[in-house]
Amino acid sequence: MTLTAPVTRKRSALTKGQLPGYAPYVVLAVALVLGAAILALIGFNVLSWGVVSAILFTVGLVSWSGAVEGARKAKDKLATCLVVGAFLVALLPLVSVIWTVLVNGIPGIITPGFLGTSMNGITGTLDNKSVDEGTRVLGGVYHALLGTVQITLLATVISVPVGLLTAIYLVEYGNDRPLARAITFFVDVMTGIPSIVAGLFAAAFFFALVGPGTKTGAVAAVALSVLMIPVVVRSSEEMLKIVPNELREASYALGVRKWRTILKVVIPTAISGIASGVTLAIARVIGETAPILVTAGFATSINNNVFGGWMASLPTFIYTQILNPTSPSNPGPSDQRAWGAALVLIILVMLLNLAARLIARIFAPKAGR
Amino acid sequence: MSKRIDVKDLNVYYGNFLAVEGVNINIEAKSVTAFIGPSGCGKSTFLRTLNRMHEVLPGARVEGEVLLDGDNLYGPGVDPVTVRTQVGMVFQRPNPFPTMSIRDNVLAGVKLNNKKISKGEADALVEKSLRGANLWNEVKDRLEKPGSGLSGGQQQRLCIARAIAVEPQVILMDEPCSALDPISTLAVEDLINELKDQYTVVIVTHNMQQAARVSDRTAFFNIAGTGKPGKLIEFADTTTIFNNPAQKATEDYVSGRFG
Repeated sequence: MTLTAPVTRKRSALTKGQLPGYAPYVVLAVALVLGAAILALIGFNVLSWGVVSAILFTVGLVSWSGAVEGARKAKDKLATCLVVGAFLVALLPLVSVIWTVLVNGIPGIITPGFLGTSMNGITGTLDNKSVDEGTRVLGGVYHALLGTVQITLLATVISVPVGLLTAIYLVEYGNDRPLARAITFFVDVMTGIPSIVAGLFAAAFFFALVGPGTKTGAVAAVALSVLMIPVVVRSSEEMLKIVPNELREASYALGVRKWRTILKVVIPTAISGIASGVTLAIARVIGETAPILVTAGFATSINNNVFGGWMASLPTFIYTQILNPTSPSNPGPSDQRAWGAALVLIILVMLLNLAARLIARIFAPKAGR
Repeated sequence: MSKRIDVKDLNVYYGNFLAVEGVNINIEAKSVTAFIGPSGCGKSTFLRTLNRMHEVLPGARVEGEVLLDGDNLYGPGVDPVTVRTQVGMVFQRPNPFPTMSIRDNVLAGVKLNNKKISKGEADALVEKSLRGANLWNEVKDRLEKPGSGLSGGQQQRLCIARAIAVEPQVILMDEPCSALDPISTLAVEDLINELKDQYTVVIVTHNMQQAARVSDRTAFFNIAGTGKPGKLIEFADTTTIFNNPAQKATEDYVSGRFG
């Protein structure tokens, strides 16, 4: 019996060369310095510094890795750099938008009375005075906020039943019939309708139905519904489709009728997805400007009646404040109000998205033991 | 509380495709009947015609008669929903309703049909059904927990409890143990033996030992080739099928010399 002596080697046969853990940081630092140096020659600005440094970082890290770790690891590093780069490029506009709106919007939104007062009685003279004397900017978005909430709520009340019932027809009863295929086709077409066309449609419809010049919140709600219904149909359809057929069969096998199966098994199983789809559809239309411009007009005072009179909304408020400042000689206060309204709108959309997540979590089937 | 099933010259179609041809079979009340045969021979398809679940699929239809104690399931004016309350079904994969608790799953047949039931009656029905499915002791302390949190074998027994809670005459089982481990399989097989006292049980299985263990009578289905319809080859007492089959194909299949 012979004992084999343990093989003594300096390095394991199973490993190759490895970059030290601090390698990316070193390369990043070198790339930043080098990038700054190169740009100092041709004129410095932050954006091109970032781009040049990113290219230098990628080239440096990949070639170092190729020299030490071999081709496979180098390709891996290259792919990582590209993916991270794409992520940063996608993130840049988002961060920039949020930053700009925050910086410009916060002075507006913290002005006392901004959320609680309307633009009723706010004239150019008042704006001029506040600029000249340095007093606070008067006027606010209360009427616009109220209008946005009312119009969107009414649009939701119209769209959700229509959209959900359409989706139920398509998934549960459609069976690829000509009617179902036609509906699917037209829903796809509706998804692509420019929002101004939806606005013109609603305006023309009510002009013909009620009388020329009919501009109310309800007309705007109909216009928004035209945009919202296809989104609700599509998302609900997808959610209903992923309910396993086994659940429907289990219900049928218990002697439950089809409509009860849909109502009590299929919809409850899909409700979290449907609810978050609806919330996202609301978030999608709440910022629409063009259709509201042609259907609800502008208003500077509070209008509580969605069925009568012109109505303001946050997007149209922003639009008019920027395009036609209350005081043409001193647009500053109008700008401040517009940015404040933009911030309010973004916060509203963000709250809706949070609500969607919350709804999805509340309704999701629980899997505890 | 069980009925017999007599099938006369049944042809089953998917659209224009004849899937199962010319089945004649008599299933006794309060017995366990097993359907065996190779994959794709139409056992499950035929089973689904026994409670009109077959026609849930688009284009599916049947010709012939299925008599439940003499009443034709496919007679004019027969409501498939009524048929399914009399002939329950347990599926291959356990499929408890994910939105419902264990208790609500058992009561699903009652609640989904909006029948009024008092809390006391409901509690009694839940206990009776879960005891009937040998699951009561395992879940009695967590009836309000979701049914999807149970193990696979427990879920399948929950599905059986759900099926017997509506008090059917016949219970159809489509490979109820194929997704279960041997211990859960044993639990379900024991249960089938107990169910036989009250219900007519029809079970499709790929496992010939299982057919031999649980069934009184066995039906062997076979298919001549791809695209041909499946046929009932032989139907006899289980001992006969496994020990002394009349047909050569049956003997080849049960002895493993198939093909």
